[in-house]
Parts: sequence; structure tokens; C-alpha cells
Amino acid sequence: MIFNSIAAGVARVVNGLGSGKRAETTLERLIQGGLVACGLLAIAVTVGIILVLIFETIEFFREVSIVDFFTQTEWTPLFIDKQYGIWPLVSGTILTSVIAISVALPFGLMAAIYLSEFAAPRTRTTVKPALELLAGVPTIVYGFFALTVVTPALQKVVPDLALFNALGPGIVMGIMIIPMISSLSEDAIYSVPVSLREAAYGLGAAKLPTIFRVVVPSAWSGIGAALTLAISRAIGETMIVAVAAGQQARIAIDPRAPIETMTSYIVNVAKGDVPTGTPEYRTIFAVGSMLFVLTLVMNLLSYRLAKRMRERGTR
Amino acid sequence: MAAPQPTPYRMPAEEANNIIKKITATDVHAWFGDNHVLKSITMDIPAKQVTAIIGPSGCGKSTFIRCVNRMHELIPNARISGSITLDGENVYRPGVDPVLLRRRVGMVFQKPNPFPSMSIRDNVLAGLKLTRRYARADAADTVENALRQAALWDEVKDKLDEPGTSLSGGQQQRLCIARTLAVAPEVVLMDEPCSALDPIATARIEDLLHVLRKDYTIVIVTHNLQQATRVSQRTAFFLTGDLVEYSDTDSLFTSPQDQRTEDYITGKFG
Repeated sequence: MIFNSIAAGVARVVNGLGSGKRAETTLERLIQGGLVACGLLAIAVTVGIILVLIFETIEFFREVSIVDFFTQTEWTPLFIDKQYGIWPLVSGTILTSVIAISVALPFGLMAAIYLSEFAAPRTRTTVKPALELLAGVPTIVYGFFALTVVTPALQKVVPDLALFNALGPGIVMGIMIIPMISSLSEDAIYSVPVSLREAAYGLGAAKLPTIFRVVVPSAWSGIGAALTLAISRAIGETMIVAVAAGQQARIAIDPRAPIETMTSYIVNVAKGDVPTGTPEYRTIFAVGSMLFVLTLVMNLLSYRLAKRMRERGTR
Repeated sequence: MAAPQPTPYRMPAEEANNIIKKITATDVHAWFGDNHVLKSITMDIPAKQVTAIIGPSGCGKSTFIRCVNRMHELIPNARISGSITLDGENVYRPGVDPVLLRRRVGMVFQKPNPFPSMSIRDNVLAGLKLTRRYARADAADTVENALRQAALWDEVKDKLDEPGTSLSGGQQQRLCIARTLAVAPEVVLMDEPCSALDPIATARIEDLLHVLRKDYTIVIVTHNLQQATRVSQRTAFFLTGDLVEYSDTDSLFTSPQDQRTEDYITGKFG
């Protein structure tokens, strides 16, 4: 019916028949309504997800003590002796994320500095999009890359490295988020005003001190925004760790051993045969809420840093 | 164009004998790509005086001072020919490191540009830190001396750790002057240093120039003719890349030798 009236409106406008002015306003109102509906739909879906998460999490905590959830150090909801301590999963996530960031930050930042300050304009315009293509590789591919290439290669140099471990997937995850850090940091570094570089050169500074002590610090908030967004991505990354990190929830400090992250736990439960409505089933919502809060905090931080960068840019 | 061909200005010999030449430009040409922005500039700049360069927008006056400290060549596609000597040594001679040259020839820019990531103190010390000449023991003295020379010390002495960007525009520009003086240059180039400032801040910087010229050779590019008469001992008039006239400031403004100079200073164009 909506389509019919749009078609009629279009026809009236095109033909210039009837009261053209009114047809226009009807059409405009329809389109406006449609656009509002699209916007509302996105918001409604988000709100719906949050509501389901909250509702199921509350149900979960009716059966499992919230104190245990945050104080126990074992996570065995699928075993006979059920323990619901979240920390093994959180530590698994933190471990892989830390490994990923320690790979991605130096490489991403160096790539950004190279592209912004050293590369010829042509190199910049070719390499930057090419690097961004890395972000388009499906994460399952990265997962198998970690499992079948990186981990076997690492096993030759790292003693006692298990087939499933935190190190390999962490490194691959780092490679995956390099473009995210390099691209956003490059934007931030490139947008540092020429006047600051000139001020440094005018004082007799050489190129490297100018870049590392003036330009990069001035781009700090943009780089920080890139970093927090990358951390949030690493925390939420699922496929790579589900494929290559193993399924052993333990307080993880040894990157050579199998671990389980929050995301890979959710995958394992969701694909398994846990009956719905049980506390075991609801664990995925509790873990999901935890994940949601973590990434939300990171994204908010990133948003604030990016905003600060924009404000400073216009000053 | 029916404009008369410019004749390169030569300083009368007897006048030239009385002053120490700090900078000598000989047949300097500069280009941005195909755009020929400086045409055969030949002029001497005396030591420990303020030399003003005036002229309408796009006349090449900023480009000229940027040639003196070799900042011009930082712009892609920029070229230069001719020679510029500092104390008799050609700064374009192969083997001269522009980075080292710029430690002797400091520059203050049109818009105040303190480093936003640094405190007031670190801004003053930036030149030393960036060039690895920083000595912690002398830092406090360096900061105080430079800020006193820039007439900013009393206003900021209690808040040296606040960011340089927290100051007002005029204070920021004096901070940039302090930053330039802290590396102890011999020459200070100023590229329209007051164009972004209000009249009071401008007056403070002009007062400062009178004091600074006792120790430094100053070249100031300005749009503001009154400013040139107030602060400078010598004035050069640039027009579309040519040096039209160059003499002591009083004669240039009271009895210009060139019709174009007279038209410009009497406001017929510009």
C-alpha cells in the first residue's frame, strides 16, 4: 500500500498533474516517514538486544550467586561440578587481547608514521587502501591461518607450545587489527597542522625528533582513539580464538597453553547441545553482558578521545 | 603589462661601509612549481637592526625570509637559485646542513603555534630538547631568561606547567618568541608575527622588538605599514616578486624613490 501511494505520488510529480504541490509534500512526508522508520528500526534492534541481555542475565543471577560469579576462580558450568567464576574467561580474553595489541600497536603505529611522514603521495594512496583490505579478510580465515601456519611455525621456536594456545591466535589477531590502528593513527598524524612541523624545523630540529617528539604526541588523542577501538575489537573477536585458542577455561598467564575467551565460550555453548532455559544456557547471556560492558566502555573511551581530537583540530 | 622593468636596488657604497652585513642575498630567485615568486632579489641585511619587508599579499616577502633559513625547500616542488650568505658563508653551499643553519636563524610564524602536547616550560625548552642540547641544570635559567626576553615571564612564572595552548593569542606568540630565543639564534625571522593579534598584544610585541634588536638581527615581514615605521630601521618594498626599493625606513616612507613605492605607501593599491 505504501509503495502504491509512493508510486502515485511519483507519477503525479512526474506528470505534473493534479495539485503538484500537494503531491510533493505527500511524497516528501512518505519518504521522511520511511527514513525515520529505518532509523528507529536500528535503535529498536539495539535496545532489544540490550533488553534480552539484561533480562536473561537477571534470570541467570537468580540461580547463580553474583558474588560467586565475580569471586570464584573456576569456570565449569558444563561439568558435573558446576563452578561459575567468570575470571578464567576474562583472563583468557585479556591475555589474547594484550598479545594482539602488543603486535598491532608498534606495527600499526610505525606503518602510520611511515605512510604519513615518509611515503611519497603515490605510495600513500596505494598502500593505505591495500592495508585496509586486510580488514576485509573473513576472520575464520585468520583462525585457520593461526591454527595451521602460525602455531606450527611458532612451535619450532617456542618450547612447549600447545597446538591450541593463546600466543598464535593473539599474534594473528594483532595482524588483523594492524590496519585499524594504522589507518586511524595515520589520519590523526596526517592531520597534525603543518605549522607545528614548521615550528619544530624552524627551531633547528631534524626530521626524526620532529616526528617523534612533536607530531606523534600532538596526534595522541587520535592514536588513543584508534588504540581503544582496536582493543574493543580484540576483546570481541570470536572466530580466531574459537578456532585456534582451545577450550580450556583457566586463569591464564601462560600464552603457550590452551585458554578460553569469553567469545569462544559463547560459541562453544551456542553450537552445543545445552538445553535452553537452564543456568548453563543462560551463562552465555551473563558472559555476553560482561563482554558488552567491556566493549562499550572501550568504545565510549574511543569516542571521547576522537571528539577531543576533533575539537583540538578546529581550534 | 606596461609596468616599468624593475632595476635591482643597490645600496649606496658609503652607507654600506658603515654597517656590518649579517645577511647578503645575491640574485635570489624562487619558484613554487612553475610559479616564479622571487625574481633576482639582491639585498644586504644589517646586523643588530630590525629590517622590515613590506608589500601586498603574494609579493614574495614571506618566501624571501623562508629562503634565508632554508624553510622554502621543505615545500614540495619549491626551488631556489642564487646565493644567500650568513656572515659571509653561503647557506646554499653543498655541505651546509639546513637543520644546523636553522639553529642560528630562528623563525616566528604568522599564527602562534605553541606545541599543544607541551607545557609552557617545555615549549620554551623544546628547541633545546629537540636538538639534543638540553642540560637539566641550566633549564630553569634558560626558561626564565627566554621568557623575560619575550616579556612574558611575569605573566606565566606561576603556571609554567600549564599547557602552552592555555595562554591567550598574544601570550602564545610571545611564548613562540621565547621558544625561538631559547636556542640562542643570531637572526630572528618574523613572518607577520602580529597579524593574528589584537592591537594591545601587537603593541607589546613591537615594544619587545626594540629591546631584542640590541642582541639579535631581526627581519620582520609585515602587512602593516605603520608597524614597519614603528619597529624597523630599514625597510624593503617587495612587489610581485621584485625588490622595488630598499633603504632606511624614514627615507622610504618620507621620500620614496620609486613611483610604485609611493603608490603603495600612500594607499593607492595593496
